[in-house]
Amino acid sequence: MAIISFNQPLKNDFFLLKISGKYKADMGQFFMIRKDSQSMFLNRPMSVYDIKKDGIIFLYQVVGKGTSVLASCKKGDEISIYGPYGHGFPLNVKGSIALVGGGTGIAPLFYALKQLRKNKKLKFIHVYLGLQKKNEFESNFNDYTDSLIVHYGGFITDYIQYEKYNVIFSCGPLKMLEKIDRQAKNHGIEHYVSLEGRMACGIGACLACAIQTKNGNKHICKDGPVFKGEEIFYYE
Amino acid sequence: MSRSLEVQFLNMILKNPIIMASGTFGFGREYAEIYDIEKLGGLVSKGLTMNPRKGNPGIRVWETASGMMNSIGLENPGIDAFIQKELPFMKSLNLKHIINISGSSLEEYIQACEKISNENVDMIELNISCPNIKDGGIPFGIKQSTTRKVVKETRKVVKVPLMVKLSPDAENLLKIAHVCEEEGADAVSLVNTFKSFAIDIENKVKVFENTYAGLSGPCIKPIALRMVHEVSKSIQIPVMGIGGIMTYQDVLEYLMAGARAVQIGTANFINPKVGEMIIHDLEKYISNQPIENISEIIGIVD
Repeated sequence: MAIISFNQPLKNDFFLLKISGKYKADMGQFFMIRKDSQSMFLNRPMSVYDIKKDGIIFLYQVVGKGTSVLASCKKGDEISIYGPYGHGFPLNVKGSIALVGGGTGIAPLFYALKQLRKNKKLKFIHVYLGLQKKNEFESNFNDYTDSLIVHYGGFITDYIQYEKYNVIFSCGPLKMLEKIDRQAKNHGIEHYVSLEGRMACGIGACLACAIQTKNGNKHICKDGPVFKGEEIFYYE
Repeated sequence: MSRSLEVQFLNMILKNPIIMASGTFGFGREYAEIYDIEKLGGLVSKGLTMNPRKGNPGIRVWETASGMMNSIGLENPGIDAFIQKELPFMKSLNLKHIINISGSSLEEYIQACEKISNENVDMIELNISCPNIKDGGIPFGIKQSTTRKVVKETRKVVKVPLMVKLSPDAENLLKIAHVCEEEGADAVSLVNTFKSFAIDIENKVKVFENTYAGLSGPCIKPIALRMVHEVSKSIQIPVMGIGGIMTYQDVLEYLMAGARAVQIGTANFINPKVGEMIIHDLEKYISNQPIENISEIIGIVD
């Protein structure tokens, strides 16, 4: 059990949740989180938004029962947290990179951005965010990116200048990831996607989050959540 | 370590009565990275079939009040790959390993059981109760006639202890348990998940592509406990209790109801270290009790 340091409501049902303690994770890894409640039996997978010296921060949006329970949490409440789990984004990337996030898919990209800043082999890092409405957390990205492009409504994929990048990390709705992957293939870009999945255990035991890939059945929690785009989006 | 939790189940001495249930613990590898799983009494492998299975399409888990439903569909690497890649790891662990076998035809059960029995495993758990594979129509464990057939035929090829995992959906659970005993099963484990249903009201469609799914978790515990109580009173062979165990108190209830050991399933998803926690709590419990060994409470409640 850990203690919540804050659970700050943002616009459009987004929340920033900070849990106190010492944490370590690779970019793109996730934790399993649960508030003991009648209407929240299973843990929820949440990727890392940020890690501070005294705690870990998650960005989430209320979309169903579990996230509604989380939204009702207050400072000082106890909460279960397990992790980090899964395989995240690769550290050893070169050239220029774009991070593309749609909706709650934005969450892992902030931590990824901060980690990538330590990679001196990168020429520049651009961030693209697709949201329904303007939100408070967007500006956090400004401190670490060379260029921040935010678009409200519609498709963020229409605004990406693919020719500029060697690598793309993306996270968001499957349709968005697939669109990016097509372009990435055309432009010879190394593309990594972070997937979301319905899961019970988070460690590869329940097999709920199976996904068909080019290389057979994989499990989002253990083999992912980050995969090469070409492994997920393939055409027979 | 004190031996106050040691129990005997058939010919096996278990360090404690805590065994991890099939389908919730893989082959042990994932949890071995999280804690020292050799503290456990034993573990049951993910359900295996003769040939590899990809499992069911669509949604595979669904949360419900105090429980969950699953429709994994026995995704597994098949017997041969298991024997080659996973069994050596399970055997290397200092705990009892039980291999769970499923099938969609009698022939498949026999073939798989024979192969696994030849590997000299600690025990086979015959899964005649998975609600999530449809190939053979209803599971073997629903009717007495099909239960009799599958237990009789697999018994002929199984040289190691054979435990049959019963379905709570059986037409007559007590009679089915008797059939298992008559046909030479060494033990029974119960219960598997309950056949259950969920509807996505927003889209007015069923949640699971396979229509029905298996319900597990604390919501089934009082019913499962009643079944364990009834069955253990009416047969001579030992019973392994399963169903919604989350805490050491739940374990004690199952033991007092007549189970000689228990399996923990869904709780592993909620707290990956639940096995370690329960064993620790049981040790504390017994140190405050006027008994030497946990076996003394088995079946103590009429």
